[in-house]
Amino acid sequence: MEPIIIEGTPKTPSIKFDVKDGIFEIKGRSIPENSVEFYKPLNEWLDNYMQTPLDKTVVNIRLEYFNTSSSKCILDVFKRLEAIHRSKHDVEINWYYEEDDEDMLEAGEDYDSIIKVPFKMIEIVE
Amino acid sequence: MSFDLENLVSDLDIRGAILYFKGNIDSEVINKALDLVEGKLLSSRESPRIRKKVYNVLVESLQNLYHHADYVPKGYHAARPDRFGLIILEKTGRGYRITTCNFVTAFRVKELEEKLTRINRSTPEEIKELYKDILNHQEITEKGLGGLGLVDMARKTGHRLDFRFKKYDDRHSAFRLSAVITHE
Repeated sequence: MEPIIIEGTPKTPSIKFDVKDGIFEIKGRSIPENSVEFYKPLNEWLDNYMQTPLDKTVVNIRLEYFNTSSSKCILDVFKRLEAIHRSKHDVEINWYYEEDDEDMLEAGEDYDSIIKVPFKMIEIVE
Repeated sequence: MSFDLENLVSDLDIRGAILYFKGNIDSEVINKALDLVEGKLLSSRESPRIRKKVYNVLVESLQNLYHHADYVPKGYHAARPDRFGLIILEKTGRGYRITTCNFVTAFRVKELEEKLTRINRSTPEEIKELYKDILNHQEITEKGLGGLGLVDMARKTGHRLDFRFKKYDDRHSAFRLSAVITHE
């Protein structure tokens, strides 16, 4: 399956979901005015990936900022990962947050309480 | 004297503001405002915790104007009628205050007032649950999620949102919203 690779911009994160390398990562800032449009290709890619996922999918989320419209789109990504997990495949989400960024930690905890997928909160110490 | 959105912020220190903008809010304006404020906060050696909160609330405030400002009333001076508003970021004795002003159509006043009153009456724990409920159960529209931006602002600041309306004519009101970010 072809990977999805999107370069980051000051308002949108870099995305790399690559089955061959086993890398699944969203990194940077997610504050576009139109988040739905931005996340559409990733969610479409995941719809395909869900058909034949790897035995184990580890997703790294390293966001510095995200706006409320991105928060729903990120939840949609997680709901697809939850469906993969429900189909008896291992899925793990690593949620990175910077030291002292209590808001980003809480955001990760919110998702953890909504989505039935193992979440790991990882503090980045500078 | 005819009414201007600036009338709603006559009590604020516009000249000493870190950011002041009045006009049509497009992507370019949002980018410039965010760059300017991020640079100023970095050079002020503000703590990362406060810097991030200010940046987050500023993003939501600017995008609230972008998505939710209603058309200006006929006859009101604006380059374009859509996405018109005013935003101010000030440093205060206790931290920072972000204020936005825009027009809303009269029928939205009650709905907004109820939403903000509900948020302001809620405890931090209730705000957290409200946020998760909207996030998980509400469909996203082109304009984003109804009310999630306001809930997020209240949650991140930990303070009530100050708001007021001023009737402009039978079909329009001017709306002012302030959020404060304090050092603890």
